[in-house]
Amino acid sequence: MKPAPFTYHDPRTVAEACDLLATHENARVLAGGQSLMPMMNFRVAMPDHLVDLNRVGELSYLRWEGEALCVGAMTRQRDLEFSPDVGRRCPLLREALAHVGHRQTRNRGTFGGSLCHLDPSAELVNVTALLGGTLHAASKRGTRDIAFADFAVGYMTTSLEPHELLAGVTLPLPGDGRGHAFVEFARRHGDFAIVACSALIGFDRGGRIADAAIALSGLAHAPVRPAAIEKSLRGEQPGAAAFKAAAAEAGKLDAMADAYVTTTYRQHLARVLTYRALELASARAGERANG
Amino acid sequence: MADTRNITVTVNGEAHSREVETRLTLADFLRHELNLTGTHVGCEHGVCGACTVLVGGTSARACLMLAVQCEGQEVVTVESLAAGGKLNPLQQAFQDHHGLQCGFCTPGILMTLTEFLREYPDPSEAEVRTALTGNLCRCTGYQAIVAATLDAAKRMRGGA
Ligand code: FES
Ligand code: FES
Repeated sequence: MKPAPFTYHDPRTVAEACDLLATHENARVLAGGQSLMPMMNFRVAMPDHLVDLNRVGELSYLRWEGEALCVGAMTRQRDLEFSPDVGRRCPLLREALAHVGHRQTRNRGTFGGSLCHLDPSAELVNVTALLGGTLHAASKRGTRDIAFADFAVGYMTTSLEPHELLAGVTLPLPGDGRGHAFVEFARRHGDFAIVACSALIGFDRGGRIADAAIALSGLAHAPVRPAAIEKSLRGEQPGAAAFKAAAAEAGKLDAMADAYVTTTYRQHLARVLTYRALELASARAGERANG
Repeated sequence: MADTRNITVTVNGEAHSREVETRLTLADFLRHELNLTGTHVGCEHGVCGACTVLVGGTSARACLMLAVQCEGQEVVTVESLAAGGKLNPLQQAFQDHHGLQCGFCTPGILMTLTEFLREYPDPSEAEVRTALTGNLCRCTGYQAIVAATLDAAKRMRGGA
């Protein structure tokens, strides 16, 4: 047997799941299993109790509330990828999903599972950071909202308490006319990116940049929103000069290093990918403005 | 005491009931409990795709699922493809195009493509290559697999 022994629980409701988490020590929540199961097979994770959410139907949904997309934590990545509404109303998300693992892993993998695993380069984490998502945690004590900025507290570490589970996420949609882009560089298709960059751009009536948002993954434990760069783009004429200047600044951001990828290389990718993301987002914003 | 459960899983149309340890993976359930050794295990941590089967009609890594999660579900494995001992069009195309050498990766690839060709009956070469990113093959260099897939799609569209 690959995983170490555990006691298996398959609750049917969020309330039951919260009860289990409140009463059992060293319990782990199992979502799509595309990250936790490998960790258990390696015995890197050895929970005494496994609380499987796959039969909790109420955690799987896709809802539009005004200008926001609400996604249940157990909504499969595949369901988002193939939703025509997501493609139309939040094409950024679909573009990012195309980079998430492979068809077999997206069939099982969930939105919430990816957020809770919190790989520094995970695409869905990046998109949640760019859109400024709010996470909804549930526990026996009730529910609480966590802004994304307060969710990622360390390397693969969230601010969820041991007795809490992630129930869903609210993603504010980019306003009308915004151009989007998601680009990344990975060794192989489907791998976690070395660096990923997403961007949103909107123009004012005069065709200048009204607002820009950038999220860079792979530099730190969680995606970085470079506020100074975003601000510096406001009021600029969209084009190579402005994007080059912004990209150069992105290439100077602090970046981590590991056994495989140096700081310098990550910074190089941050510069190149920021430029590409801004260029693509701007072209799409232009299409929307003219179309 | 080992944590066990009684489960009933339908595999290739046949219901199987067993008492299993809850930590048993679906891959090991198929191979050790049901003796369906067509499903291969390469990495056992979700990287190679050799263990790909269909669960509830969609492809999944059998090494990343627990057998207990399949309680009441339909699982389809490579053993189902050659009904009556005759290779199906996808398998036949693999043979004709030398889409396999050692055959270790083949069961996972066939199951991935079974789902894929249902969704993309007339795929482009690029779509085929994207569909294959989740399956590692150390022998063929993929070229022959892509050719076999495109040809299989054509044969299946022709009603063969
Ligand atoms: S054995 Fe399951 S993916 Fe390799
Ligand atoms: S045929 Fe040998 S691994 Fe693919």
